[in-house]
Amino acid sequence: MTQQHRLRMALVQHAPRLGDLGPNLDWTCEVLAQEVARGEDLVVFPELSLCGYFLKDLVPEIAIRLEGPEMGRLIKAVGRGSAVVGAVLESPAHRFYNAAILIAEGRIVHVHRKVYLPTYGMFDEQRYLAAGSRFEAVDLPLAGGGSWRLGILICEDLWHPSSAYLLSRGGADLIICTSASPGRGVAGGQAELGTAALWGAMTKTYAALFTTFLAYCNRVGFEDGHYFWGGSRVLGPDGGLLGGEPAGDQPTILRAELDRGLLRRMRIAYPLLRDEREDVLWQQLKVDPGDV
Amino acid sequence: MSELEINPALCTRILAAFIADEVLKVGAHGVVVGVSGGIDSALSFALAVKALGRSASLGVAMPYRQSSPESLADAQLLAAHLEVELMVVDISPQVDAYFATQPTDDRNRRGNKMARERMSVLYDLSQERTALVLGTSNKSELLLGYGTLYGDMASALNPLGDLYKTQVYQLAEYLGLPSSLIRKAPSADLFEGQMDEQDLGFSYAQADRVLFHLVDQRCPEEEVVAMGFPAELVRTVRDRVRRNQFKRRPPLIAKLSSRTIDLDFRYPRDWGH
Repeated sequence: MTQQHRLRMALVQHAPRLGDLGPNLDWTCEVLAQEVARGEDLVVFPELSLCGYFLKDLVPEIAIRLEGPEMGRLIKAVGRGSAVVGAVLESPAHRFYNAAILIAEGRIVHVHRKVYLPTYGMFDEQRYLAAGSRFEAVDLPLAGGGSWRLGILICEDLWHPSSAYLLSRGGADLIICTSASPGRGVAGGQAELGTAALWGAMTKTYAALFTTFLAYCNRVGFEDGHYFWGGSRVLGPDGGLLGGEPAGDQPTILRAELDRGLLRRMRIAYPLLRDEREDVLWQQLKVDPGDV
Repeated sequence: MSELEINPALCTRILAAFIADEVLKVGAHGVVVGVSGGIDSALSFALAVKALGRSASLGVAMPYRQSSPESLADAQLLAAHLEVELMVVDISPQVDAYFATQPTDDRNRRGNKMARERMSVLYDLSQERTALVLGTSNKSELLLGYGTLYGDMASALNPLGDLYKTQVYQLAEYLGLPSSLIRKAPSADLFEGQMDEQDLGFSYAQADRVLFHLVDQRCPEEEVVAMGFPAELVRTVRDRVRRNQFKRRPPLIAKLSSRTIDLDFRYPRDWGH
């Protein structure tokens, strides 16, 4: 597949209704049709965008299946464009995954099932959800005939550097991180929330370390007192912002155009991926660290 | 910089957005707040006005005939400052009617009864207006159990529940609330001359720092003592937090079935919103 030089993407930062699949699906299909008609190549929605985040026992009640009617409607709405949509996905074996579904060419191109399910503090994902087991870079086919190689992470996945490492090793030129990050940390009088500051630092660092584009799509709104702080952004392989400043905490659509020229220039200037010593990693991973 | 210092602009934005979001998405038209003349309810009320506007925020002062007149005066001063009307409901008739048949000199019983009468008035007015009762209990009070269960602790939404008392003051200063409310000594006003810090036996300034280390930072008690806080204070604060856990939880349900509310029937409150 030939690479496409530019990629127009839209990050849809919104507040889904919690556990109310129907209205969320209707709204998502409307936005998808509108954004694809506008000429966006790739439209990204946040983590669990079709159902909301703090679902608890709602998980099996709002889950969808890959072959279900909801997917049919989404595929139709995406048309000639492409999209990443978040949902709870029920497997044929009745396991429930926190999933991000990549749709293009009228089909499901890839499904990322969240590997790292946070179960601490306010989070309780392992109680309700099954964990995925792979990080995979895939080619996103585009209507013009070209493609972009990308990988998807869901929220907590990004807090484990091996996830981005594996996507990078798989050849990803774009890492998409969908998120439902509840804001917290106001002590000490800092200018921004502790969570927002950490995500800002991490996304910037990952983009630069893996010399890759990185799109972070977080949600907004409140669920049971939890504040989702938004801050969606697109970073270039130089760690710089594309498409303007990060979004605030209101519903919005952040647009950016990715240029392969920048990727090439950065990978020439900083050939970090070329120089990566996987043999060292392999060798050391073979040694059992024992209990730590 | 103190560990308890907050960015007031950021916190105000989040708390106002919280009130607006949670009220409007459930289809309520506004909020009802009991305004005591103290700093906590003043802050809650001010945040509501910021979030929803004047007409959607009803402040209600509910004095008992022996309540301190300064409390009502401060509530009125606040309403004037926020340019909102203050509704005054005298709770003396219903409180006196009850104690006429159940007489007692126990000032805590009398105070708690009054707090619950106020709750009852607020919930009635909230129903009349299709509004939510906005809470005024701060994190210090909730952790120390310094409040009346189903009285002032009852609400639909509580914007102050994750702010220590000292942080309430920071926000109140930032929002420019009347200095007489900020400067006066905190009082639950359940009986004449009552002062929080006298009741508790320590100041909020001391307790908040201890609570921050014990609760937010999860430091072991001995580490907090090693930081220089008096061992007696640390122990008293820890004991109060533990002893009052029941006030922070819904009633216990005896489990019989395979799916019991709150034990293994777990749904978010914002279900469907």
